[in-house]
Amino acid sequence: MSIGFGKQKDLAALEGRHVSLDGALTILSFVLLLIIVVIPVFMIVYHAFFYQGHFNPELFKTQLLDPKNLGAMWNTVKIAFFVTVFGTIMGVFYAWLLGRSDIPAKGLMRALFSIPYMFPPFLGAMAWKLLLGGRAGYLNKWLWATFGFRMNINSVWGIVFVEISYYFPFVFMQVVSALERMDPTLEECARIAGARQMTVIRKITLPLVLPAISAGALLILITSLAHFGVPSILGFSQGIFTLPTRIFDAIQSAEGSFEGIRQGAALSIMLVVVVSLALIVQKHVLSSGSYDIIKGKSMRPTLIKLRASKLPLLVLSILTLLLIVVVPLVMIFLVALVNGYGNALIPANFTLNNYISVFKAAGTFDSIKNSLFASVVAGIVCMSLGTLIAYVVQKIRPRGKGLLEILSVLPYSIPGTVLAVGVILAWSGSLGVSLYNTIWIIIVAYLARYLSFSMKSSSAALLQVHSSLEEAARTCGASHTESLKDITLPLIRPAMVAGFFLIFLPAMREVTTSILLYGPFTRTLGVQIYAMQDAGSMSEAAALGSVAIVLIFICDTIVKYITKDRKGV
Amino acid sequence: MDQVVLRNVTKRFTTKTLGDIVAVDNFNLSVHEGECFSFLGPSGCGKSTTLRMIAGFEDLSEGEIELCGRPVSVKSKNLYVPPEERGLGMVFQAFAVWPHMNVFENVAFPLRIQGMNKMDVNKKVAEALKHTSLTGLEKVYPGDLSGGQQQRIALARAIVTQPKVMLLDEPLSNLDPKLRESMRFEIKELQAKFNFTIIFVTHDQSEAMAISDRMMVCDMGKIMQIDTPENLYNKPVNRFVHSFLGESTFLNVSVRDGKVFADGDAEQALNLAIPPEAAERMVVATRPNAIELTGGEDGYVTHVAKRIFLTDRTEYLIPVGSQTLKVQTPHRVSFSEGEKCCVRLVNPMWYPAEDEAAEKERARRQTI
Repeated sequence: MSIGFGKQKDLAALEGRHVSLDGALTILSFVLLLIIVVIPVFMIVYHAFFYQGHFNPELFKTQLLDPKNLGAMWNTVKIAFFVTVFGTIMGVFYAWLLGRSDIPAKGLMRALFSIPYMFPPFLGAMAWKLLLGGRAGYLNKWLWATFGFRMNINSVWGIVFVEISYYFPFVFMQVVSALERMDPTLEECARIAGARQMTVIRKITLPLVLPAISAGALLILITSLAHFGVPSILGFSQGIFTLPTRIFDAIQSAEGSFEGIRQGAALSIMLVVVVSLALIVQKHVLSSGSYDIIKGKSMRPTLIKLRASKLPLLVLSILTLLLIVVVPLVMIFLVALVNGYGNALIPANFTLNNYISVFKAAGTFDSIKNSLFASVVAGIVCMSLGTLIAYVVQKIRPRGKGLLEILSVLPYSIPGTVLAVGVILAWSGSLGVSLYNTIWIIIVAYLARYLSFSMKSSSAALLQVHSSLEEAARTCGASHTESLKDITLPLIRPAMVAGFFLIFLPAMREVTTSILLYGPFTRTLGVQIYAMQDAGSMSEAAALGSVAIVLIFICDTIVKYITKDRKGV
Repeated sequence: MDQVVLRNVTKRFTTKTLGDIVAVDNFNLSVHEGECFSFLGPSGCGKSTTLRMIAGFEDLSEGEIELCGRPVSVKSKNLYVPPEERGLGMVFQAFAVWPHMNVFENVAFPLRIQGMNKMDVNKKVAEALKHTSLTGLEKVYPGDLSGGQQQRIALARAIVTQPKVMLLDEPLSNLDPKLRESMRFEIKELQAKFNFTIIFVTHDQSEAMAISDRMMVCDMGKIMQIDTPENLYNKPVNRFVHSFLGESTFLNVSVRDGKVFADGDAEQALNLAIPPEAAERMVVATRPNAIELTGGEDGYVTHVAKRIFLTDRTEYLIPVGSQTLKVQTPHRVSFSEGEKCCVRLVNPMWYPAEDEAAEKERARRQTI
């Protein structure tokens, strides 16, 4: 590695200029990360502990001891714990079923199981609220009429249920891929040694995929701790708060006063502490146990015959899929069509009026336009910036590249709500730049939030481009700039395109940061839907929600089509 | 007694790329007690599939398999004994040692499954580790060991239950060449000590030659020949077996008027005795070191096209008609490039002319 370093330096020096391109790129990366990441994070810490320039832990103390906040903290941990436990069990079970058994219709089920990946959980929460929300929920009305009881989705357990259905794919995906890459002879060997099928699963298969399970489980834990959408939609009306929704509530109810934002900053510190604990556990677990289970000749893994239990398990899988994928989707579309929330969901009551009124409303097109604009800009900027940083880290390898790497990945582990607070504190005038109430403040937040996606994608691609390729270009007479432009960039272009979409798609359905950053003219699609359901116009919210689903689906299909043939460098 | 018996064993697959394929076509063989028997052939010849059917990982399309006199797979009766009840030992190409268990736990696993008590487990594992030179590494995890040591764990785990039959699926091909040779001896020593029958799958002919008492050469799902290594080398039944074992050199010839002409030269005949069953078009096969190369006139007179110095012998490429004959001699027989010389084939094998359809089918199967 030190040899590569030396060579790179020599090549840069051969350029014969005072400021080498490599040096300029390195400095640029540091400056950009300072602006995008370091300043907002610093501002939160500063304002939580300092008041008017003096160290003042009073605010932090009062916030920490406020029973309302402690309750929110307890709820956050409780919900995340149950979501993680049940989500993991569910993920492992279905991963094994689809990865290792002879259950039919695997391809279709896998596609359906990955749908929760695509859709924003807050739309799912909305759909379940339409079904099981208090007396008005459709399913509740039927349950009350038929059995004399009703369920309440607006509860801690409701929140847990909806989050599980959106987060279990984290474990599912990890474990399915581990099972598929696993050398099947590891299991066959145990059969030869005399172990029965169930013993093999218990003693060999499960322990071997344990690293994948814990990686997925921790991802669920961290995501759930920081999650805003579901608890806000299902919890607010019942006074159930989690830390992210408490932060939102504090800032919202202070009506823009600085006091509220400072309160938010103090709460943010609490949330960051909780998430950091989970992150430390994650780092520890991930570094301790990963086995090399993929060597050996590739053979199709032996599928386990389910025999008599095949049918019951198939029925169970179909019911699960119906419950977590199909029902919420259908519900959004049906309520969008009905001529008044609460009216029976029968064709006689169907109308397009909701869509007409949604599109007549001034904000709708603006919100779609805003989301598209913010997502495209964030996607393009992140793609370039991520590639720049990846190039500096992987190829130039300057002193402090570790810091560069950490800074670019750091915002990903910061909850979106916290990031939004930091962005407000940094860019609403206190540093001489005010982006408040413009779309740019939202874009700045997106940049910080999604930078690590494009950086990882470009990094992986750059690792594949051997430095001899660029060196060959130099010996052919190309300058450093030319070899970068004509050799390296074209080779990693597919990864850059993928990086763009990795940012564009989640940004299109974003609600967590935008809800704190939007101004009168800068509502995003997510914010608009959220506001409509918050105001009680469920039918309109459902109508716009269904439009969002169609939009996301179209974008996702386009992405799959584009990235399909472009794999590998 | 025959310990492994295959009767009319056939396996058919349907694959997406190749369509229907007969991976194993009507195999009949019996492996004797205490024998080391190799399955040898290029990839896609059906040797691994056969082994997996014996182990019980694949069912049969037709036929039956007997282990130690007990039927374990009988298609006609739909009898199928699962792998864990066949009492076999098996070692895989990729070692397949469990990375989450240390050396002791890996080797103790089969005994624990049997429900053996702790003292006996300790005793048996210690013995197995002793015979595989792993003593002292009990607490180490496989990830910290070399490939050779990992393969020894796999061996120890296979012998610890003292099975009657040991299946070895290319167990040496992931090791470097020097280690490979010493492991061969270790396997043979273990066999002598524990007296088990070995079925050894490999695509490496020198490995199979060195280790086997008898071997089966197969190609494209068919058994070509079953015999001792010596007979297979000296009396290969067809061109494929000839070329697969050791070095070969071939001449396409025509038989006319009691004389043999190499393709491309209708003037000078090869001085060969013609076997009675010879057709008009034939292939003459021999080993490069079984050809006499002289300066005289007693044979086919030609010249040296290329001389290649190999460490322990010299190789000459000699034009015969439009073809090239490969000849290897000790260094003391010395010809320079372009020099006139004379070649004589000693007791060559005669095979029917090449079958192009078979070659195409082989190429198609290689893509699996």
